Amino acid sequence: MTTTISYPESVPPAVFTQDELAWAPWLEPLTEADLTDRHWAGLVDASRSKSPYFMLLAHDPEVLEARTKADKDIFYNPNGGLPRAERELSATATSRHNGCIFCASVHSRFASTHSRRRDDVQRLLEDGLSADLGPRWNAVKDAAVALTDTPAQFGQDEIVALRAAGLNDFEITDVISTSAFFNWANRLMLSLGEPVSAKAA
Amino acid sequence: MSAQHTDLIDQVLSITPGSRLDGLRRHREVARDNIQSAYLALFEPRDVTQVTLLERLAVASFVAGLHGQIVLADHYAHRLSLSQGGPVLAALLAAEIDAGEAKGPYGIYPAGPLSAENQAGPHYRVGADSRRLIGAKLSAALEHAHLLVFRPRDASREALQALLDAGWSTAAIVTLSQLVAYLAFQVRIVSGLAALASSSEQPVAANSDATFTAALAAGVNS
Repeated sequence: MTTTISYPESVPPAVFTQDELAWAPWLEPLTEADLTDRHWAGLVDASRSKSPYFMLLAHDPEVLEARTKADKDIFYNPNGGLPRAERELSATATSRHNGCIFCASVHSRFASTHSRRRDDVQRLLEDGLSADLGPRWNAVKDAAVALTDTPAQFGQDEIVALRAAGLNDFEITDVISTSAFFNWANRLMLSLGEPVSAKAA
Repeated sequence: MSAQHTDLIDQVLSITPGSRLDGLRRHREVARDNIQSAYLALFEPRDVTQVTLLERLAVASFVAGLHGQIVLADHYAHRLSLSQGGPVLAALLAAEIDAGEAKGPYGIYPAGPLSAENQAGPHYRVGADSRRLIGAKLSAALEHAHLLVFRPRDASREALQALLDAGWSTAAIVTLSQLVAYLAFQVRIVSGLAALASSSEQPVAANSDATFTAALAAGVNS
């Protein structure tokens, strides 16, 4: 009988943070010796064979490949739409609402780097979803949170607020895509392993 | 899938080529294509040795139903009902979806300052009659799916052990986790785009080229 992997020495983080964390899997990832061409294609970037998260997801390489390519286009495509900082804000608000401390740590750092509004990002992590981040960021945050509710509560109120804050429909579509995507990512990160201190990893 | 549509999201939202929503989706064409590729990887899988197609469609019907995303719930229930043994399963799942209804996300944080945000909610178990019909293995998958849908922060190593104990392999658990997580994504893309479709065109349409150029510049510089 297969058993899960445990980390009895690890003290998992108990607060949202912009500090760097590592992630440790509860199930056995593939090793490089297991990888066929199909798995390398699934990893997309060969360097991801060093990541236990991607090597665990490589057990289903076709889904991983599609997930990774969608992720990169939603977050990194520089052609118009929402500025990168606000895509990361949407990912951070979504992760804060679902409770993914690991995902929030990564994407709050990106939001801070790209916006240079580290203090505002930190208030979102510490004070939670009621933090007042100014009209435009509040509209993005509130829309991401509404879409993250289950069942999703995103509707005309959020669209009106986003437009009032100056977002066009390309930008609103990016709010939808980035928040929806983190409803995918949060559930994988939360359920297949745990955050651990970056030093311990 | 109908002959006119090669993309499931276009199909369920009746998005036609050249329409406003088509333009919004094609602005992120690589994402659009790979969202469909992920659907095909999960529901026209290359390898069904770890999770069968019937099991995949059953879990997807349950998850779409729990989200109240009617067009996708109908899509998966319909595909399930066309499978051998599917109609009985679809009827049973309709009752389990009602029994599993909740509002998320809720759950418990690690002890500390976040404990103030702990929120209780139902821990769903498959009904006894349903469990006798579908067995312990699929029941364990449905219970785990409910956990991921409504209280992802309650996910635990013990929850994965329960799946292993019920007979799911490591590779099967990866596929099931991707399936539930993908559905959580897919229902939100469909709900979000449906809301955008039913809102009138943005009032600044006359200036949309200027707005777009400004947004383009902002995106390139970010």
